[in-house]
Amino acid sequence: MSGRLVRAVAPGGPPVRILVDGVEVTAYAGESVLVAVLAARNALRRHEFSDEARAGFCLMGACQDCWVWLVDGRRIRACTTVVAEGMHVSTGAPADFPRHD
Amino acid sequence: MTRVAIVGAGPAGIAAARVLSARGAAVTMIDEGRRPGGQIYRQPRPGLPLDIETLLGAEGENYRRTHAVFDDLRQHIDYRPLTLAWGVEDRTLHTIRGNAAATVEFDALILATGATDRTLPIAGWTLPGVFTLGGAQVLLKEHGCLIGRRVVFCGSSPLLYLAAKQYRAMGAEIVAVLDTTPFGAKVAATLELAAAPRMLARGLGYMGALRRVGVAVHHGVELRAFEGAAGVEAVRLRSRHGDEITLPCDAVAVGFGLKPETQLAELAGATLAYDNTFRQWLPRADADGRCGGNVYVAGDGATVGGAQAAALTGELAACAVLEDFKTAVTGIDRAHSRRQVARLRRFQRGLARAFAWPTDLIHNLADSVVICRCEGISAGELRASIRADFGPREVNRLKAITRCGMGRCQGRFCGLAAAELTARTLRTPLEAVGRLRTQPPIKPIPLAISLAENSAAAVRDETSAPA
Repeated sequence: MSGRLVRAVAPGGPPVRILVDGVEVTAYAGESVLVAVLAARNALRRHEFSDEARAGFCLMGACQDCWVWLVDGRRIRACTTVVAEGMHVSTGAPADFPRHD
Repeated sequence: MTRVAIVGAGPAGIAAARVLSARGAAVTMIDEGRRPGGQIYRQPRPGLPLDIETLLGAEGENYRRTHAVFDDLRQHIDYRPLTLAWGVEDRTLHTIRGNAAATVEFDALILATGATDRTLPIAGWTLPGVFTLGGAQVLLKEHGCLIGRRVVFCGSSPLLYLAAKQYRAMGAEIVAVLDTTPFGAKVAATLELAAAPRMLARGLGYMGALRRVGVAVHHGVELRAFEGAAGVEAVRLRSRHGDEITLPCDAVAVGFGLKPETQLAELAGATLAYDNTFRQWLPRADADGRCGGNVYVAGDGATVGGAQAAALTGELAACAVLEDFKTAVTGIDRAHSRRQVARLRRFQRGLARAFAWPTDLIHNLADSVVICRCEGISAGELRASIRADFGPREVNRLKAITRCGMGRCQGRFCGLAAAELTARTLRTPLEAVGRLRTQPPIKPIPLAISLAENSAAAVRDETSAPA
């Protein structure tokens, strides 16, 4: 599928290129990581305890369901973090991160 | 000079800051948002050509006015956006921005923390594409984005109708509006709803507008499941006539009213009291928002009342602070404001009846349905724990045993359902099983933090005029 979210307004603002699992995705300055990823993908991450795909829920920084990894090892809350040029988002945990299930 | 810390930059926080700043108090405003406005008056990101005032319709004028107030205020207060207030003790607020920690010393603390959506567990509610109703609106306001192309709006809330109308105006196909409360409940609540006739008329207008353009609106439905493989593909429901219906869609917005963010009030020492209309625990406060000590609450974080009540209670809390710190309050008709607030809150109580929280939906959940999204704890696990010998009799014990409510959201999205399920399983009143106690930090903070300077200069933000 293309993306889950639909940009209903001409995006406006300069494009920002990010990587999602190594694939380039075009976003726009000021967009959240959640918008950037979900406009191109079905989901944001895998749930730690079940392997379910998750795509966030509250979209306002309360439910904490949209925390994703960056390839550099940081973790960010996708709905409240703005995209930056070259940011590399990983929808999975790093290979050496311990599994919970 | 009285030092007042305000947490939250929605209509309540902004109104409080205006009153205090104009009367010489030193105001520090802590805002988790990137820009002021809270959730209701969330601003489009810079550069997005979205006509927000038109989108907001009847609320557009209040949006414009609230932001104009903030713009006038900006240079007179210490505004700290993107900053989480994660804890409070005595006269100190603990904050973090990115990984820069800071403290804010205050004489008085006004908590205008707002609310999130009240949700309940439904089979499939963790599927990608299922979002909260408020979230669906926030996404539209800030990013001009829709949660999907073919959207079902469901739950029990007057905002279902408003959000569906906004989504339709922005090009979404509205598959249906599914309201779990029977239409009769709305008629029965008319007397209380008449406390705010203009708002009642506006709500009826949204319903009528949707029907006129052919949007299917169903009352009294039972939501059975959100279904799909990689993401939501359909909503399965039982109509009020008992028919099983499956509606294909690619997104769902679900909400059952609002849930005040009371965590900081609790940590600051406010007493939380059980409210049977909302079936929630709310900070106990006088008509002006005094919780005792130096703590004040305003807006939906105190009691859900809507944006107009939020601004009025923000003003009242600010006046209470001034009065308690021996500053004369003139030019504000507080008696009038209190009457308005009482009327608007009566209206909200009517709404709570007209759009009921369907507790039976929780009790009828299959054992396999996930209650705690963070930890992945199912209804069956909770029931088994409660029914075991020496099983938990209140929700904090339930949390300790099952991990329900122990995850990153700290029970924000499972706590109410877990309490309902516990009470029903034990056949005790809801208030007897208590509520999940708040622990700081109230949201996740990084382990690696640095100490920032406690000054406005250390905090760069997008609302400052370029130097």
